[in-house]
Amino acid sequence: MSQGQTSDVREDGVIESVSGPVVTADLDARMNDVVYVGSEGLMGEVIEIEGDVTTIQVYEETSGVSSGEPVETTGQPLTVDLGPGMLDSIYDGVQRPLQVLEEKMNSAFLDRGVDAPGIDLDELWEFTPEVAEGDTVEPGDIVGTVPETRTIDHKVMVPPDYEGGEVVEAESGNFTVDETVVELDNGEEITMHQEWPVRQQRPASEKQTPTEPLVSGQRILDGLFPIAKGGTAAIPGPFGSGKTVTQHQLAKWADADIVVYVGCGERGNEMTEVIEDFPDLEDPTTGNPLMDRTTLIANTSNMPVAARESSVYTGITIAEYFRDMGYNVALMADSTSRWAEAMREISSRLEEMPGEEGYPAYLAARLAEFYERAGYFENVNGTEGSVSVIGAVSPPGGDFSEPVTQNTLRIVKTFWALDADLAERRHFPAINWTESYSLYRDQLDPWFEENVESDWSEQRQWAIDTLDEEAELQEIVQLVGKDALPEDQQLTLEVARYLREAWLQQNAFHDVDTYCSPEKTYRILGAIKTFNDEAFDALDAGVPVEEITDIESLPRLNRIGVQEDYNEFVDELEEDIASELREMY
Amino acid sequence: MQKEYKTITEISGPLVFAEVDEPVGYNEIVEIETPDGQIRRGQVLETTSDHVAIQVFEGTGGIDRKSSVRFLGETMKMKLTEDLLGRVLDGSGQPIDGGPEIEPDKREDIVGEAINPYSREYPAEFIQTGVSAIDGMNTLVRGQKLPIFSSSGQPHNDLALQIARQATVPEEEKEGGESEFAVIFGAMGITAEEANEFMDDFERTGALERSVVFMNLADDPATERTLTPRLALTTAEYLAFEKGYHVLTILTDMTNYCEALREIGAAREEVPGRRGYPGYMYTDLAQLYERAGRIKGQDGSITQIPILTMPSDDITHPIPDLTGYITEGQIIIDPDLNSQGIKPPINVLPSLSRLMDDGIGEGLTRADHADVSDQLYAAYAEGEDLRDLVNIVGREALSERDNKYLDFADRFEAEFVQQGFTTDRDIEETLEIGWDLLSMLPKEELNRIDEDLIEEHYREDESVEVEA
Ligand SMILES: Nc1ncnc2c1ncn2[C@@H]1O[C@H](COP(=O)(O)OP(=O)(O)O)[C@@H](O)[C@H]1O
Ligand SMILES: [Mg+2]
Repeated sequence: MSQGQTSDVREDGVIESVSGPVVTADLDARMNDVVYVGSEGLMGEVIEIEGDVTTIQVYEETSGVSSGEPVETTGQPLTVDLGPGMLDSIYDGVQRPLQVLEEKMNSAFLDRGVDAPGIDLDELWEFTPEVAEGDTVEPGDIVGTVPETRTIDHKVMVPPDYEGGEVVEAESGNFTVDETVVELDNGEEITMHQEWPVRQQRPASEKQTPTEPLVSGQRILDGLFPIAKGGTAAIPGPFGSGKTVTQHQLAKWADADIVVYVGCGERGNEMTEVIEDFPDLEDPTTGNPLMDRTTLIANTSNMPVAARESSVYTGITIAEYFRDMGYNVALMADSTSRWAEAMREISSRLEEMPGEEGYPAYLAARLAEFYERAGYFENVNGTEGSVSVIGAVSPPGGDFSEPVTQNTLRIVKTFWALDADLAERRHFPAINWTESYSLYRDQLDPWFEENVESDWSEQRQWAIDTLDEEAELQEIVQLVGKDALPEDQQLTLEVARYLREAWLQQNAFHDVDTYCSPEKTYRILGAIKTFNDEAFDALDAGVPVEEITDIESLPRLNRIGVQEDYNEFVDELEEDIASELREMY
Repeated sequence: MQKEYKTITEISGPLVFAEVDEPVGYNEIVEIETPDGQIRRGQVLETTSDHVAIQVFEGTGGIDRKSSVRFLGETMKMKLTEDLLGRVLDGSGQPIDGGPEIEPDKREDIVGEAINPYSREYPAEFIQTGVSAIDGMNTLVRGQKLPIFSSSGQPHNDLALQIARQATVPEEEKEGGESEFAVIFGAMGITAEEANEFMDDFERTGALERSVVFMNLADDPATERTLTPRLALTTAEYLAFEKGYHVLTILTDMTNYCEALREIGAAREEVPGRRGYPGYMYTDLAQLYERAGRIKGQDGSITQIPILTMPSDDITHPIPDLTGYITEGQIIIDPDLNSQGIKPPINVLPSLSRLMDDGIGEGLTRADHADVSDQLYAAYAEGEDLRDLVNIVGREALSERDNKYLDFADRFEAEFVQQGFTTDRDIEETLEIGWDLLSMLPKEELNRIDEDLIEEHYREDESVEVEA
C-alpha cells in the first residue's frame, strides 16, 4: 500500500479519485502532459481538463492508490526516445524496454513505478560524420551515420525543430547518444538522440503516390491483393482465422528495410514467439537475422489498458523516424480493435457520450489520423521513405459490420478479408478471394510487369475469372451435384481447385513454402494455366473430362510450393502435362 | 487500529456506497460488519476523497445503514503454502474440508502482475492427453491456455476429468522424470452434483493429494465468483514459479464468472458493451487467461483448461468470443456428435490449438504428425460438406471420389474421435488410426503430406477394400 510511504514524487497536485486506469486530480497541467501519479510515481497522461479537475489515464496498475496522494507533472507530452538502439529491442506501449525492466525489477513479472529510457544512454556508438566544417545543414538533414545493426545504418539527423546553420564541428568516434557529435554556428548541438511527441506526425515534404509493391512473399497477397510501399491494409477476421500469422509472415518476409511490430492487447506468447524466432530467421534480402531490422512493441492484453492505447502511436512515431532516414518501413498493428477498445474503456470511465456500440464519437477520426501517417514520402531532407501500415481488426463475433472494421475500411486501400470457413477447413491463408480487394492493383502492375513478367496482370486476370466462375458453378453444384454439369464446366471446377490448393494456399509453417517470391508466384500460376489450356484443347478434341483430370503428372501441381528449385520442377511438369494430354488425342 | 465508518449511503445489488474522510486505496479490501455481527468482505471499486464504492463478495443481504465499514489498508491476498495441496477451499479461499487453518508461507496479491513478455518462454512440450481428437489434431502443450467450449447438458466435465487423469509428458517420462501435474480446480457457480462428480473422481483416483480445490457453487454468492479464479491462479503461480510444479488449472464455468461481471457492471450503471457485458470484459478475462505459461529459467508451468458453456450454443456470444480471442485455441464440444453417442463429442473442425506447431514433429511426437493432422482436417471438412449435398441429390449422383470422402467422414467420427472417456491412447496409436483412415483415399489425394511420409505409412491395400 502506498499510503504513508515516503516518495520522491513532487506534489504538483493531489489525487481526488481513482477508478481503474482513470485518476482525477486537483492539478494544474496541460492537455496530454505526462504526469507521475501517487507516491509510487505511476506514469500517466492528462486526457481531460474540466474546471479544476484534471483527468489522467494511468499506464500502470492502480491498485492501492488513494485520494490525497501526490501527482507530479512533467510539463511534457508523451514522447519517444529516438536514436540508435531501437532495433532488436522490445518495448511496452510507452516505450519502456522490457529487457531492461526485467533486469531492474529482477523478476519475470511486471512491477510498477519503474521507468527506463527507450534507448540505452550509456552505450557507445560509432559515429561517422557525413558533413564537414563549413557545410550548411537544415532541419532533417543527415549529418552522419552509425552502424546500428549488421543490416541497418542509422542516419543521424538534425532534429525537425532545430533551426539549422553552418557546421562548426563534426567529430567521428565513439559516443553515447547524448554526447554532441555535430555543432552548429548558432550553438545548436546535434546528438544521436531525439525526442518526439507520439501523437504528432513527424514532418515530411510531400506525400507521393506509391508505385512499388511491398512484396510480401505470400502468393495471394502479391498475386491478387498487393499492398504498396507506403500503403495501408486491414486484416479483419474472427479469432483463429489467421490475422496474427499473416502479420508475422509480413514481418518476416516483406521486403521492407525496417519492421515495427506492435502487439496491441494480444497474447504474450505471440510476442515471445517473435522474440525467439526472429534472431534465428534470415532476412531474405540481406541474409542477416530478422531481428536486426525489427523493433517490437508489446503491450499484451493483460498489460495496462491505457498503455495499449498509446502503443500504436509509439510504434508509428518510431516508424516515421526511420522513414526520415530514407528507409521503407512496414508497421504491423495486431490488433487495432484492442486499441479502439482501450479508447472505449477510457472514454466510458470519463462518462463521455458514447457513439456506436459504446465507442467514442471520435473513433473514426482517430483511426483516420493514424492511417494517414502511412504513405510514400519525400522527406524534409530530400530522401524518399515510406511507412506502410497493416492493421489487424478483431470484430466481435467475426461480424464485419461493426464500427472498427467499417471505419477502418473507409480509410485503408487494401482489404484482406479472413474467413472462418476457410480456416476451419485449414485453407491457409484463410483470405477470402471474392471479398478481398486492393485498390493499388493497377498502380503496381507496371512494377510487376517490369520486374517479374510482362503478362503478369493478364495471367492474374485469368485466375480471377476462373475463381469467379468457380464460385458461380459451386452454387449450382450445391443443388445438383458436380456430375450433372457439362464437361467444360467440370473441367473449370478442377482447374479452380488447383488454383485454390496449389496457388492460393500457402503453408506458413513449411520451411520452403513460407516464402514465395513473385517469380515463383508467377510460375505456379503459369503451370496451372498450362494445364488449363492443354486440358481444354484435349476436351475439344473429345477426351473425356475424367481422363483429363486423372493424368499422373497433375497432382505435382500441388507440390511446386514446397520446391526450392522450382524452375526446373515447373518446366518438367509443364512438359509432362502437355505430353500426357496430347497423347490422348 | 483501523477506523470504523458507519456512513453507508446506498446499497444497490452487490454494491455498497459509503462516505469516508480519509484516503482509501483503489481495490483495497473492506470488511462490513452487520448489526448482528456477521462479517462480509468486499473490495473498493472506486475511491474519491469523500466517498467510495464497494463491491461485496459475499452478498449484500443483511447489510444496512447501521453496518460498520472497515478498510484493511491492503488489497486482497491469498495465503500460500505447499500444504494447500490436498485441500478443499470455498470460493473465497476459506477451508471447507474440516482440515486445519492454513499456515501461510507467504501472502500474495490475487490480482497478479502481468508476465513480462520478454521473460516468457514459448511453450513447446507436448502433453499427451490420451484423447485422439486433441493429441492428434489440437495438440496441447505445457503452458498453454486451451479452453473447452461447450453448452449446457454436454459431457465437458467428463472430458476435463479425462484430461486431468491422463495428461502426461511422454518426453519426460522417457527420461524417468516426474511428469504428473498438480491440479488446481476452480469452480464458479457449478451445481453441487457437478462438484461431486469432480470430487468423487479426484478422490477415487487419488488426484486430490496433488490438487487444490476452490469451490463456489451455484447457491454461493455470485460476486464471490470474481475472486475464485484469481485465488486459484495465484495459488497456481506460487506452485509453478516458486515451487517448480507443472500445474494444470481447470476453471469452470467461465460463463458464470462473466455473468457475475455483468451483474456488477449493471449495478454500477456502467455503459454496457455487447449484450450487456462490460466493455472491459476482454481485459478482465485476459488478466485471468494470460496467467498461463512458461517463464525462462523456471522449472514449473501453468497450463489452463477453462471450461465455458456457450449460451444458446452460440460461438459468437461475447463469452466464447472474447475467450477465443485471448486463449491459445479452443476445443469444441458438439451436441450433434454427443447425441450420436460419440465420446468425447469433439468437433475438430472449429477446434484449434495455436501452439500445436511447435509442440509436434520429429523428436517431439512423430515426423508425420503435422501433415497427417492437416490432411485429416482437409479430408474431414470435405466429407462434411458433401453430407449436405447427399441429402439433396443422394449418394448415387456423387462421383466415386466424393463417396470416398463421405465414407471417410463417417469412419473418422466413429474410429478417430470416438474412444470413450476411459480409453487412454498414446500418440502412436492416434497417428496409426489416422493413417488407417487416410489410406481409404487414393494416394494422389493426400496432397498435404510429404511424399516420403506417404511411402512410409500409407497402407496400400486399404483403398481397394472400401471401394465396395
Ligand atoms: N498461413 C498459414 N499457414 C498455416 N497455418 C495457418 C496460417 N494462417 C493461420 N494458420 C493457423 O491458424 C491458427 C490461427 O491463426 P492466427 O493468426 O493466430 O489467428 P487470429 O490471429 O486471427 O486469431 C494458427 O495457429 C495456425 O494454426
Ligand atoms: Mg491473433
